[in-house]
Amino acid sequence: MKEIIWHGRGGQGAFTAARILGEAYSLSENTFVLAFPSFGPERRGAPIRAFTKLDEKPIGNRSEITKADYSIFLDDTLFSEQAFDELKPDGKIILNTKKKIDDERVVTIDGDSIAEKYLGLPITNTILLGALAAVSGYVPLDNIIEAVRRTMPPRLHEKNIAAVRAAYEEAGK
Amino acid sequence: MARQFLSGNEAFAYGVRLARPQVISAYPITPQTIVVEKLSEFVEDGSLKSEFIHVESEHSALSCAMGASSVGARAFTATSSQGLLYMAECLPYAAGGRFPIVMMNANRSTALPWNIYGDQRDSLSQLDSGWIQAYAENAQEALDLALMSFYIAEHKRVSTPFMANLDGFVLTHTYEVVDVPTAQQADEFLPPFETENKMSLTKPKNLGFSAGPDTNTFFKYKEHTGLLNVKETVTEAESRFESIFGRHYSGLTESYRTDDADYILITLGSISGLVREIVDSLRDMGERVGLLRIRYMRPFPNEEIADAVKNAKAVGVLEKDISFGNEGTVYTNVNSALQKAGISIPTSDYIGGLGGRNISPGEIENIFEELKQEKSAVKFLGIEVR
Repeated sequence: MKEIIWHGRGGQGAFTAARILGEAYSLSENTFVLAFPSFGPERRGAPIRAFTKLDEKPIGNRSEITKADYSIFLDDTLFSEQAFDELKPDGKIILNTKKKIDDERVVTIDGDSIAEKYLGLPITNTILLGALAAVSGYVPLDNIIEAVRRTMPPRLHEKNIAAVRAAYEEAGK
Repeated sequence: MARQFLSGNEAFAYGVRLARPQVISAYPITPQTIVVEKLSEFVEDGSLKSEFIHVESEHSALSCAMGASSVGARAFTATSSQGLLYMAECLPYAAGGRFPIVMMNANRSTALPWNIYGDQRDSLSQLDSGWIQAYAENAQEALDLALMSFYIAEHKRVSTPFMANLDGFVLTHTYEVVDVPTAQQADEFLPPFETENKMSLTKPKNLGFSAGPDTNTFFKYKEHTGLLNVKETVTEAESRFESIFGRHYSGLTESYRTDDADYILITLGSISGLVREIVDSLRDMGERVGLLRIRYMRPFPNEEIADAVKNAKAVGVLEKDISFGNEGTVYTNVNSALQKAGISIPTSDYIGGLGGRNISPGEIENIFEELKQEKSAVKFLGIEVR
């Protein structure tokens, strides 16, 4: 099973990203997915987590992921050394930041700059999704784009698809 | 059929749309809200032709559904937790009136302390209200149950309201891949609702009447036998369902690797998925363990449970409820089934997941480990009593 944890702040769209990834993966046959947020009080700006589990057989365990293949941070103020505790042995972190992090387990992307250019808003959920697609190879880019169309309101489609493409190229370098 | 990525609430709403209820009366409450929101969207966009009545309370929601059913309309409502308790007065009314209303209940803790998360104390507190009670494990089963519930409730030999339970959040708010049947397939499965138990100008009759001491027992006996008739009707509905949709369901219970199991854990609802995975991993290590999932709490599967555990050395019950001052209600019911069948083995009750508390894989492994001691006990998961 492939397990992805999404870290964000309320309003940054972490659960939306978890859902779009699940929808994208489910576009292939014989796939099983669970996508859910951490169930707790929700406030704008407060740290929240969301989870995506991907497999080729039914998934029975509905509890929160404790060890991830990928742990994704939409906001680098949420990132700390503790992040490594929730990784599987070969697990990786994808971090939205302008900083350079010297650790082979961490992939960084300047999502804020891509967001500013394509969305005009500091919302990086679909950007980190594009980065995950490039780094992990779990889901083809076309499936992510189709899932964006199915999940988001139509007025957001083209901007977000452009942002996903840009992040996919940037992270794939 | 079409694969779609839906939450448990959405999947149930898609199932209800396929059943074409003529009246939907509902009042929103977390975590049920999305199912009625989705249905109101379906009515608004014309994909479901139904009278959607936004009532002022849960008490009115069920009263309204009863009114609709009493003129022969297929009626649906949904609620959760305090909402279910607020409609409690109407529950035995609908059952005694033999109105085959379908209601989805999003299982949620009951106050106080205030808590919006999932456990099964709400529905299990209403076991004696005369309703059929079923518990879904995942979103696909939720959709399929929505469709089957109308068939079962409305069957002439049953004519009893149906409460379909989905664990709040872990099932209602989790997105999964779901096969959504076509309307044509659904129509083939589910005939239009027809009943003699309705107000009619051509066949006038008295509905909702009094029955004094001399006749009351007969009505209650008929109500009881109507519920007992659910068992054969579930079998019939599921075999009909499988022939059209290709998905198999196993009646009032689902047994998993119980045939040669020494230790069996009985549970209901969405936690069963995790228990099944733990059974597989313990089996890989040579442990003879199994899972028995209760799909229907009413009618209670006495024979099915006795049959599944008759060769076991000990049985555990894992349930998200407590009947204060006694034990978990599922445990009480299971023990009664074993006693009637003359099965004398240790049974233990594990009360967990209250107020949405996570039940971990380690806790389930630990339950199986404790069952090996073959002693009866009632325990709260996560609380060590010294």
